[in-house]
Amino acid sequence: MIWALLLIPFTAALLSLLIRSDKLRRSILVVAAFSHAAIMAASWIHTPAPILNGWFEIDPIAQLFMSITDVLFLMASLYAIGYLKAERRSQKKDFEEGEFFANAPETIFTGCLLMFLTTMTIVITSQNFGMLWVAMEATTLVTAPLIYFHRHHRSLEATWKYLLICSVGIAVSLLGNFFLAIAASAHNGVSIPLMRSDLIANASQLWEPWVKAAFIFFLVGYGTKMGLAPLHTWLPDAHSEAPSLVSALLSGALLNCAFVGILRAFEVTTAAGHIAFAQDLLMFFGLVSMTFAAVFVIGQADYKRMLAYSSVEHIGILAMGVGLGGAAVFGSMLHAVNHSLTKAALFLVAGNILAAYKTKTAGDVRGVLSAIPASGLLWTAGILAITGFPPFGIFLSEFLILKASIDQGRYAVAVTYLVLLAIIFIGISAIALRMTQGRNVKPVSVEGERTLSIVPPAILLLGTLVLGVYVPPHLSSLLHHIANLLGGY
Amino acid sequence: MRTDIIMVLLILTNMVVLGSSRLRACIHVVAAQGVALGILPLIIHSFEPQLLIFAVLSVLLKGVIFPLMLWRTLRQLNVWREDDPYVGYGLSLLMGPIALAFSYWISTRLPMPFSVHSPMLIPVAMFTLIVGLFIIISRKKALTQVLGYLVLENGIYAFGMAIASQQPMLIELGILLDVFVGVFVMGIAIFHISRQFDHINTDQLSTLKD
Repeated sequence: MIWALLLIPFTAALLSLLIRSDKLRRSILVVAAFSHAAIMAASWIHTPAPILNGWFEIDPIAQLFMSITDVLFLMASLYAIGYLKAERRSQKKDFEEGEFFANAPETIFTGCLLMFLTTMTIVITSQNFGMLWVAMEATTLVTAPLIYFHRHHRSLEATWKYLLICSVGIAVSLLGNFFLAIAASAHNGVSIPLMRSDLIANASQLWEPWVKAAFIFFLVGYGTKMGLAPLHTWLPDAHSEAPSLVSALLSGALLNCAFVGILRAFEVTTAAGHIAFAQDLLMFFGLVSMTFAAVFVIGQADYKRMLAYSSVEHIGILAMGVGLGGAAVFGSMLHAVNHSLTKAALFLVAGNILAAYKTKTAGDVRGVLSAIPASGLLWTAGILAITGFPPFGIFLSEFLILKASIDQGRYAVAVTYLVLLAIIFIGISAIALRMTQGRNVKPVSVEGERTLSIVPPAILLLGTLVLGVYVPPHLSSLLHHIANLLGGY
Repeated sequence: MRTDIIMVLLILTNMVVLGSSRLRACIHVVAAQGVALGILPLIIHSFEPQLLIFAVLSVLLKGVIFPLMLWRTLRQLNVWREDDPYVGYGLSLLMGPIALAFSYWISTRLPMPFSVHSPMLIPVAMFTLIVGLFIIISRKKALTQVLGYLVLENGIYAFGMAIASQQPMLIELGILLDVFVGVFVMGIAIFHISRQFDHINTDQLSTLKD
């Protein structure tokens, strides 16, 4: 079954590069996304066997993050049908600077989208650190053309920054791999292969200074890709310039993939007995990211950039939750689910607003609720969800992390966390909720309101709403299992 | 001994890249560095068929294909010099020995748990790494930044050679493939940048900020 997970999107990507008919290519995208998600859904009932001597396996972490990725990818591919139809015109007017530009060919866009799914599948299911690294670099390369879909100079600038900064970040994490290899080198003639299970089983034999150095390099390298401040500088540009469905996938799926890379390194470091060291580092980067987000989200003029900074905030919360340990690890994993669902929904709705108003400046958008009511409603609900309003899921997971930090007696952390959350809440709601108010403001067009652009974000938001009220026992036991692996409960 | 010659060659090529404003010369020098590194595994390790394939691939990519790709971009763009870097050439050259000394110092602080073929290998690899990063940060032209990225990758490659006995070759091949596609995608991006802006200075890429 893992073979199918790897080969379905890969074959579909090759096919979509060859097929001329737009309609057929779009259906291939949806069929591939659907069958990938169906296989993943089946794996909840029956875990598939590892393949290639255990190089690829659906372990608990892979189970969780692959499922999130598949839900998001399925919704994004449904959204893509309508989006690609609307974007077909060959020459378009740039609404910010009035120049003309063309879009990238749809074949390349769809092909890269499917390759993106392939590489993410490899990253998440890989049990070998080297393989994980190769696939992580590949995600950078296949997403670069996606960010440069609108061929104007702002998206080009975003793509260049993304390519260069992430490539350097990935190079740093390659050094992390090398350091890990040194740490795993022979005590008595036999060195440990860079497989997750082998490293964890023989963790007591790892050389101490090199394990620690490897974790630092993994954290900095993959942290660049994950958007941990102060290494996040590519993130707001790429998220604001990419097409909205790509931003949704970047934020909801790709950042998680980088997080998986860090979690794998964390597992090994924990098994080697340096859990406190790794936790402190994660906690530090988490709080710094939240601080950066709080500073930049206040008065942010561009609503897609605002969402991007909100991603930096939530990535910070994820890192902080794992860093706190104990019950917070469970909260952090639940938060990963909630954040992905909510943020992907918000980016998709932001795409609708962008299509209707032809501007990304929050100040120029007024009366979304009256002009495009369905999107307006989803936007309001999404903003409430992302800022941690009950009864949405993010409220629950943020609360669990807060409770864990108070239970551990880390009051300074708890207070900082609350203050930062409050600042970001005020910052985001002031910008985003003002957009929904107002009357008699005519949008440029209402082409953004289609069934396929409303239903996917609605489903995602419904998911986070349900998770706020009721966490299914299957999911809950999986999250506890992962928390156990990561030194929590 | 032969390893040491290659190490000295690496140090010298790094110094040339730091001090030269002519892009064509820089491409040639980085190509020479790539060839030297490509044959390094054959010198360090005992001879094996798969090692030979790996070495031939590295030399082909680093010594022929990358330079040709960059060279083609250079000709299309008709840009030959990096005139006005953020950090001047005199200062960059001064940076070289400082970085080298630092690399030696740091490698004495990190003892290797196994014996390395040559005592120069680790410090020189680190030096190459630092030079690559420095070039990426301190130059304005997109093409020079790609050269910096290649130097950075060369440094990591050299580091990898020191511990190659611990890593399966499959992964090394994956890394080579990634670098190849990376340079390819960056080349396309540079081409688009030059069409959009009439030049390839990345300091013009500054519309997006807070």
